Amino acid sequence: MDRLLNVTTVLSVLLLLMVLISVRRAHIRVEYSVSWLLTAVAMLLLSRSRPVLEVITRWSGVPDTPLTLFLISGTLFLIMFFRFSVIISHLRDDNVALAQRVAILEYHIHSLEHHEE
Amino acid sequence: MMRADGPDSLLVIVPALNEEAAIAAVVRAVNCHVPGVPVLVIDDCSSDGTIAAARGAGAEVLPLPHHLGLGGCVQAGYKLAYSLGFQYVIRVDGDGQHDARDIPRILERLKTSGCEMVIGSRFVEANGSRTGAARSLGIRFFRMVLRPILGKPVHDPTSGFVGVNREALGAFSRSFPLEYPEIEALVVLQRRRFRFEEVPVKMLPRLAGRSSITAWKSLHYIAHVLLGVFVNILKYDRRFHRGSESPPRNAPPRDGAPGDAAPRDGAPPHKCAGAGG
Repeated sequence: MDRLLNVTTVLSVLLLLMVLISVRRAHIRVEYSVSWLLTAVAMLLLSRSRPVLEVITRWSGVPDTPLTLFLISGTLFLIMFFRFSVIISHLRDDNVALAQRVAILEYHIHSLEHHEE
Repeated sequence: MMRADGPDSLLVIVPALNEEAAIAAVVRAVNCHVPGVPVLVIDDCSSDGTIAAARGAGAEVLPLPHHLGLGGCVQAGYKLAYSLGFQYVIRVDGDGQHDARDIPRILERLKTSGCEMVIGSRFVEANGSRTGAARSLGIRFFRMVLRPILGKPVHDPTSGFVGVNREALGAFSRSFPLEYPEIEALVVLQRRRFRFEEVPVKMLPRLAGRSSITAWKSLHYIAHVLLGVFVNILKYDRRFHRGSESPPRNAPPRDGAPGDAAPRDGAPPHKCAGAGG
């Protein structure tokens, strides 16, 4: 159990560092890094506070403490994936609308140029 | 530049992706059977000479900056037609499967029936049109699914040979399914209490190329469209037109229809040949 918590701590720190470096290098925009940072911090805190994990295990009826840790981390990542799916859907809609508008504007410009000639 | 010509102005739109071999014949057939009507080819980023072939045949071309898929491609045409003030738009496929001789009948039904959409259907009357077994099965399945949703039977829900009036044009300009649009578009119409009718048409063999629909794509199609239909029922379209409210059905056009009677620029005369000729 202790080894599992230590591994989780190391992975959380790695994730935290990776996100911070990516933000610093502008590979991820700050607003999209917040979810990752919160998740990494949550995992780090949980892995360092075993009593809290055990309380959650008893409260939720999960038979095993390591299973609780994986359940929480899985839930957090699922929420993040869903959030990014929403963002991607919005971006796709905006991208289509933008491409259509560009095409229509180019059509008008082309027509005006043709008319002037 | 094409212009809406009077209160019955019609635009024929042709979504096309890599249809270099067929597009010129399609445009000429439309010019032949509905002379004086502008043809707009919406090019979904073809990698061949579709644009040049379409322009050479006398069509206006709306080249998209990147590939949008069929729905995005058709909607771009609807948006342009709506902004230019056209009253009716008929969509014809770029592969030559739709017979241009049926366009006047679809237009006539649009004008006389008061319906917002008219579908060119292969199955209203037996007319010798053949479809593959898998597609036929899919059509039967979607007929069953759509019957209770639409409140009336639809014989050919997957037909892309579709005419719309200005009200439907406005609705589709704001909200249109991006992929596999035909069936979902019917549900979008139903959500707005719009009506549709079907007129019998004949489908021709493709002039060139092969259908991109494979067995895997058929399964994806069914799953995707089923999901799209039910999500549309659950009032989904707010996402498509964030920040814009649907106008009442008989509201005047937002963009101000040009409405002058200028003849179409540069429409060369063609002898009837090729698709539908």
